[in-house]
Amino acid sequence: MGLQFKTETFRDDFTFSNSPEAIHRFPFPFDSDSYMYSVNIEQHMPGPPKSHVEFPIDIDEHYVAEMQDRAMVLKEDPLRCQALPHMLTAEWDLVELLMESMSKHYPEHFSLTKDGDRWHWVNRPLGIDQRFTFGDTATLPYPPMEYVTRQCQGDFALIDQRNDMLFMDAGMITTQADWSLDFDIGMSWTEWHGPVPLAHDLGIMDRALKFLLNLQQGRPVRRLNWTMTVNPRLDTSPENYHKWGVDRTTVTPENVGDKVHLRVELQALWRLPRSNAIVFSIRCYLIKMSELVTIPKWGRRFPRILKGLPPELAEYKGLTRYRDMTIKYLEQFDDGAPTSPGFFPD
Amino acid sequence: MSGGVEITVRVAEIEQATASVKRFRLASASGEPLPVFSAGSHVVVSMDDGGHRIRNPYSLIDRAPDGLSYRIGVLRTPNSRGGSIFMHERVSVGSELVITMPVNLFPLIRTGRKHVLVAGGIGVTPIYAMADELRSQNAPYEVHYAMRDEANGAFAAELVERHGDKVRLYRDDAREIIRVEEMLPNQPLGTHLYVCGPEGMINAILAGGRAAGWPVENLHSERFLAPPGGAPFSVALAKAGITAEVGPHQSLLEAIEEAGVDAPYLCRGGACGQCVTTVLSFEGELIHNDHYLTDEEKASGTKIMTCVSRLNGRELVLDL
Repeated sequence: MGLQFKTETFRDDFTFSNSPEAIHRFPFPFDSDSYMYSVNIEQHMPGPPKSHVEFPIDIDEHYVAEMQDRAMVLKEDPLRCQALPHMLTAEWDLVELLMESMSKHYPEHFSLTKDGDRWHWVNRPLGIDQRFTFGDTATLPYPPMEYVTRQCQGDFALIDQRNDMLFMDAGMITTQADWSLDFDIGMSWTEWHGPVPLAHDLGIMDRALKFLLNLQQGRPVRRLNWTMTVNPRLDTSPENYHKWGVDRTTVTPENVGDKVHLRVELQALWRLPRSNAIVFSIRCYLIKMSELVTIPKWGRRFPRILKGLPPELAEYKGLTRYRDMTIKYLEQFDDGAPTSPGFFPD
Repeated sequence: MSGGVEITVRVAEIEQATASVKRFRLASASGEPLPVFSAGSHVVVSMDDGGHRIRNPYSLIDRAPDGLSYRIGVLRTPNSRGGSIFMHERVSVGSELVITMPVNLFPLIRTGRKHVLVAGGIGVTPIYAMADELRSQNAPYEVHYAMRDEANGAFAAELVERHGDKVRLYRDDAREIIRVEEMLPNQPLGTHLYVCGPEGMINAILAGGRAAGWPVENLHSERFLAPPGGAPFSVALAKAGITAEVGPHQSLLEAIEEAGVDAPYLCRGGACGQCVTTVLSFEGELIHNDHYLTDEEKASGTKIMTCVSRLNGRELVLDL
């Protein structure tokens, strides 16, 4: 059975919501009642059926609405998608990775047929039927990375590796948690991670860099990252801070359950074959507090996490203003019972 | 398995390219296309020598247009610990081998304005792939290839055929040597140089580059070390609770693997750092042969790269 794509918005009237199935498969990022940074990288292996990691590229009920939101972001600000010229080979690598994975795992929605370099791509949910020559940019209506990422959920950064350093040299970034591709483009790993608190002192950034420099083809890895967002807004970019920053002041005890969202990023990294570049995918999942508490284990655990969060982290994640109100709301659902280890619902 | 995903291949063709070099065409055993790779990549070939496992890294020359095979070149080395002799004498058309996924420790720098490729002897294998890639991208490049004599220039004819006057050949027997002081000073700013060949040649080219005022970031080399032998010693693996003997012609990593412990590795040539292991204690002197650890790390006596380094002494205790 194919996915039922929802009609919903991530701006203005904010009609986004999760179905019970989507809540159940939400990538809840806490495997115990306390949280601190760790490299927490694992192999990006297929996970349990119907989970968010069943397939390497996860497509869900929000696909069509997210792609429409991306198109709106790009129309207002084309600089959300940029690629330095030397990344063209990596762009084609990404076309191959995404089209192959989407068509293999969601054949009722996407299909890819190849005759040598002549490829035929069909995207049924978005009504696209495209024949093109792999490697020939002139045969696509957009540059290769832009073309394929206008049709795939998640942000994507293409990272070049030179002289034992990584560089953010291309990307499609429209669903970001307050960082800017236009600001970061061309920066090295150490430059773009400059603002992250605590992690540098723990040596985490250096170890993670060393690990990624040796990332192997055929062995992708993943990690989860999280923050919180007021209103189900995908585009919380610095460029649009004037639109969403003020949202943080609108949380009240009456609306907190619907307004405050846990925002989880499934971050995955692949070594690309032709370019030796790395693709960093950042797939954003949103869940309302009122949806989260329908899973009793998460309703107990999340207020405990928020209470124990170091102040620097709360500040960095931008949730200081509404943290207490959120804890108060969530505590109604925490009866103090112990929680079972691991991420998944009981 | 610690080296990553493995692929079974069958030898489809062997070509005696020179008196001492054979080129092998490795075909996918499953019939599925082999992974695309970026120029400069190598695979580690795993050979089963009567229950004794030998693993050697070889650079990939090319991938057939249909994707179903790779080519590698193997120089028969007189002081071989078994790998190149095994490839030359025991491997025939139809033989099955296991290779790792391609790994690239010698990549082209895609921001480079121009690329100068320098190869000596069997070091031509990654350079061959790099030249092909630069040609297909219409990037400016030149190739300098030094060989002993015409009969040893296995790749010379193919290089000239593919790259024409971008190739310059040097024959030792005609007393033609690469003059680094002529080659480097007039290159445009932003040029990158890549050298692969015998140790002495790499050192001379890199020194020449620095003398010409090139930034070290623009000078690239790949040297795969064959693990040097030495006096035998014993290794104790603290976590596994195993003690093993390291033979005079065996590497530390090979002895660990033979003892049944799945230790990490990637290049098996002292370059990538994947096999770095914590040393708990040792009696004697650590012989560091890698190009990865810093001098301070080597002097600290707390880290060792098991693929090429060893102990001159009685016993080494590792955190494995």
